[in-house]
Amino acid sequence: MYSEEEKKKIEAEYREWKEKVFLKNFEKLPPRLGRFSTVSDMEMPEMCTPLDIASLDYERDLGFPGCYPFTRGVQPTMYRGRLWTMRQFAGFGTCFDTNKRYKYLLENGQTGLSVAFHYPTLMGYDSDHPRSRGEVGKCGVAIDSLEDMEVLFDGIPLDKVTTSMTINGPASVLLAMYIVVAEKQGVRQDQIGGTIQNDILKEYIAQKSWIFPPEPSMRLIVNTIEYCTKYVPKWNTISISGYHIREAGSTAVQELAFTIADGIGYVQAGVDAGLDVDSFAKRLSYFFNAHIDFFEEIAKYRAARRMWAKIMKNRFGAKKEESWKLRFHTQTAGCTLTAQQPFNNVVRTTIEAMAAVLGGTQSLHTNSMDETLALPTEQAVTVALRTQQILAEESGIANVIDPLAGSYFVEYLTNRMEEEAFRYINKIDEMGGIIKAIEAGYPQREISDAAYHYQRQLEKGEKVVVGVNKYVMKEDIRIPLLKIGEEVEEAQRERLRKLRQKRDNNKVQKCLKDLKGAATTNENLMYYILDCVRSYCTLGEIMGTLREVFGEYKDPGII
Amino acid sequence: MAKVVRILMAKPGLDGHDRGVKVVARALRDAGFEVIYTGLHQTPEMIVNTAIQEDVDCIGLSIMSGAHNVLMPAVINLLKEKGADDILVFGGGIIPDDDFEFLYKSGVKKIFTPGTKIQEIVDWVKENVKPH
Repeated sequence: MYSEEEKKKIEAEYREWKEKVFLKNFEKLPPRLGRFSTVSDMEMPEMCTPLDIASLDYERDLGFPGCYPFTRGVQPTMYRGRLWTMRQFAGFGTCFDTNKRYKYLLENGQTGLSVAFHYPTLMGYDSDHPRSRGEVGKCGVAIDSLEDMEVLFDGIPLDKVTTSMTINGPASVLLAMYIVVAEKQGVRQDQIGGTIQNDILKEYIAQKSWIFPPEPSMRLIVNTIEYCTKYVPKWNTISISGYHIREAGSTAVQELAFTIADGIGYVQAGVDAGLDVDSFAKRLSYFFNAHIDFFEEIAKYRAARRMWAKIMKNRFGAKKEESWKLRFHTQTAGCTLTAQQPFNNVVRTTIEAMAAVLGGTQSLHTNSMDETLALPTEQAVTVALRTQQILAEESGIANVIDPLAGSYFVEYLTNRMEEEAFRYINKIDEMGGIIKAIEAGYPQREISDAAYHYQRQLEKGEKVVVGVNKYVMKEDIRIPLLKIGEEVEEAQRERLRKLRQKRDNNKVQKCLKDLKGAATTNENLMYYILDCVRSYCTLGEIMGTLREVFGEYKDPGII
Repeated sequence: MAKVVRILMAKPGLDGHDRGVKVVARALRDAGFEVIYTGLHQTPEMIVNTAIQEDVDCIGLSIMSGAHNVLMPAVINLLKEKGADDILVFGGGIIPDDDFEFLYKSGVKKIFTPGTKIQEIVDWVKENVKPH
């Protein structure tokens, strides 16, 4: 963007300033810290100049919103056309409890739903399974069968509201349940919109809610992609997630790199299964974390869009523009919240949400202040939702598209995030791809190392968390907490007992038998799972049947 | 040479949050203890069997899912049943203050919550756990 002559002039002036002014000033007052680094411990320059982005080419590297390489955003009008979707992740207790919370959120201006399932559902067990002891309704809503799903969405029009479901191992089953609930509401499957997380690779890497080994898991994912491409065209088939990678302790670069490496893994699996890349790529979406380091996060989102556009166009030869676009959901970082002085969490969440918006997110979840202690109360979740509404409608940050573009620092950092993330991706390619890398424990170990490094920095006071290792107060933390009693488990067991009594058990057995048979062939299992769901087979029965064929993945337990 | 304290770090239940347990495991190992990590998704039976087989002096249970009031006492009761209740149990995770009393009464020796310095855990183990 500058001529050689101009660059030389700036360089000379910069050198002079640094020696004679900047460093000289430290003789009187030394720097506050020995090192200035991001929360990911990436060392930062004291400031940036045009020299730091000397090779930046506007059209090649930034372009316009809605145009390749989408650094400035995937939609041409961004938030002028439509604000991001405000989507609070919610689920607790029984389907009745959560249905009430959804209606409350929708009445208060939330624009999409996001389902949190309890652990037994995530792991493919029914609420009455011995392994579900103590877990029912605790971390999310208990869903055991179509019957529960019907209650969950009772009175919520599925042709108007889109729903994201955080579900991975059993994603195909929950998608099938959602399709059938819509059907019962009179809504066709080509009218419904939403997302299943369906991202098993990051489960092995970070979130650790897996069921089957990688190969059958990837097959189920390809089955859902194939099915949705044909019949549920508005459904996002995978939400390729960095969120959990970051929460597990990765750096920002690792989050970016491992998530995109997972994305490459899925596209490759689709292509290997004989699908045309342009037929399914547009329905892949991303999900990133919004951590506390403001600029590092903004740069991460901008770099992610540019990287994915290049990968889809050049590596996979996708022809359609829609296939090049990285659309993403963001959630503020749960791991930055503190149990100490919990009201401070509102401030942290605001900063993180601002980064997500300035980074061009398509939808956003803001955490509630009480989430290090329990699932959020209605009062806490209202403040979290209001935070988004204040950002959207009071702060003015949604007026101008990609307002930080052209900042020497933001462009420098965007480039650096991209370069460092591609270095990881190249290494994973050399290892034979992401599945091989996971089997070797590579991303898991990198993340563990980063988590331990950060913890040590905290202990030494090199990184500060207000209220935890600095500005500590003696306090009696008393904020109202949501409690999930053991009666939820009782109620859910009772519902299951009644269901198993009243349904047509011959039909159930036949459906499960057919599913088992199909699992040993190459057939698409979605059709069989839909039949099972319609006959009120439980989630545990369906996943149990598949476990018999596919086996289970076991934690390698890498410290 | 003095016997070294052996610790089993364990993740009971279905919860997959293992950042905390791994950080604590590493720190205890760096502090000179012998640390065994079970990996995720363990039943109380699996944990107690491993503890006995590995002849550990204490077990650290990490639970983020809210199932602590069921799973922590389950581990302690099994240890008693098998005559291994000389193995001391401590725990950590997202555990509301209101549940402390119940857990201590059930036999959990110490609960650590978010924001705890790792050194605090190391010091507690040094002070309270003696090798068999």
